Amino acid sequence: MKAPAFTYHAPTQLKDALQLLADLPNARVLAGGQSLMPMLNLRVAGPDHLIDLGHIEELKALQSVEGGVLTGSMCTQRRVERSPEVGEICPLLRDAIRHVGHQQTRNRGTIGGSVSHLDPGAELPVAAAALNATITIASLRGERIVPFSDFAQGYLTSCLEPDEIVKQILWPKAPKGAGTAFLEFNRRPADFAVVSVATQIVLEDDGTIAQSSLALGGVQGAPLVLDISGLSGARTVHEGFGEDLLRGLDCDGDELYPAEFRLEIASVLIGRALSKALAQARSVAHV
Amino acid sequence: MFDPRPIKLTVNGRAIEAVVDSRMNLADFLRRDLKLTGTHLGCEHGVCGACTILVDGASARGCLMLAVQADGHAITTIEGVASADGTLHRVQEALSRHHGLQCGYCTPGVVMTLLELDQDREGRALSEDEIREALSGNLCRCTGYQGIVDAAMELFGSQHSSQT
Repeated sequence: MKAPAFTYHAPTQLKDALQLLADLPNARVLAGGQSLMPMLNLRVAGPDHLIDLGHIEELKALQSVEGGVLTGSMCTQRRVERSPEVGEICPLLRDAIRHVGHQQTRNRGTIGGSVSHLDPGAELPVAAAALNATITIASLRGERIVPFSDFAQGYLTSCLEPDEIVKQILWPKAPKGAGTAFLEFNRRPADFAVVSVATQIVLEDDGTIAQSSLALGGVQGAPLVLDISGLSGARTVHEGFGEDLLRGLDCDGDELYPAEFRLEIASVLIGRALSKALAQARSVAHV
Repeated sequence: MFDPRPIKLTVNGRAIEAVVDSRMNLADFLRRDLKLTGTHLGCEHGVCGACTILVDGASARGCLMLAVQADGHAITTIEGVASADGTLHRVQEALSRHHGLQCGYCTPGVVMTLLELDQDREGRALSEDEIREALSGNLCRCTGYQGIVDAAMELFGSQHSSQT
């Protein structure tokens, strides 16, 4: 189908975009359009006003900063994918982005758009959850900074108020000796993930696990961070760790992929992801 | 027209000025207003890849972009790929030679994807896996992909690739 009628706005300054968003009834912001355009074409979204953020240069930044990689909300996924710096500073972001859509959609799709949309099949929110990325939110009322754990509220739902947009996202720098992995299950590569796992492991000098974090996508409405601090001090991840971790967990399911199936896949992916991240951390640390 | 917007862009090197309804997607603009009907629309939600075009040299879904968003940009469609005298591009030649098309509905999108892949590889030979991944955003219901992959392998592939 075709998009319904709306009035299009193309501000060039963030403050103008925020003013439009605050003033106009039933307005939506357009980032890269790789989720919102399908929603318009399928008519599951019907805004009266569409505010295109594509002309606001200050939202397109991609820079390395002291704490990690700072991506403006309108930085394209393709730019992040192609940045050698991102791979060095935040390898989990690099791992995740390779799974996002196809190159044809990554060319236009944005980091902020994907993180704000919070599709359970999307990869970037899961990576943001595992790293607890820091989100800077802007409105006419000012800016506020929230950790991803507060940002993601549920299925397609963030903590954004109607007059707010995501301005930028800080992806924390991986500590020295970190290993990362992003794995997902889908029917064809580049499809939406049925279940995805993002993990980062940091080793002590003696080769035991110092810190670890892990997030799951596709299991609940919002990305789910699991407590794997029990691995601290360990050298390996025991067989069945994923299964133990998920025991008793509430899981959403649908007709195609029921909850039991998703949990089974998740437990396997957790094991594989942890092994991969551990091996990578070892190879970096040479222990 | 509900929300008319003036736009200026180039399409296949030709400067275009037009007024479009803001809700019109780029693929519809190319087909209806410019009569460039080589760009096809399949699913209209970004999955099938039939409407793939190049925006400033980078592939994009023509159905997931508003015509008004093309303002100021350079668009390349399948009509801009062959030489003016009708000589086919080597990507088109290879697809023809390897029977990489049957009904032809997906073919314009496949060609645009392969043009971008050729730019991105910067002369590097690609594995069959890399080629299949690059083509995964273009659905074809006729060929079973083998002819398309064979054509791409001939052009960009490494000699030691696995044959399936």
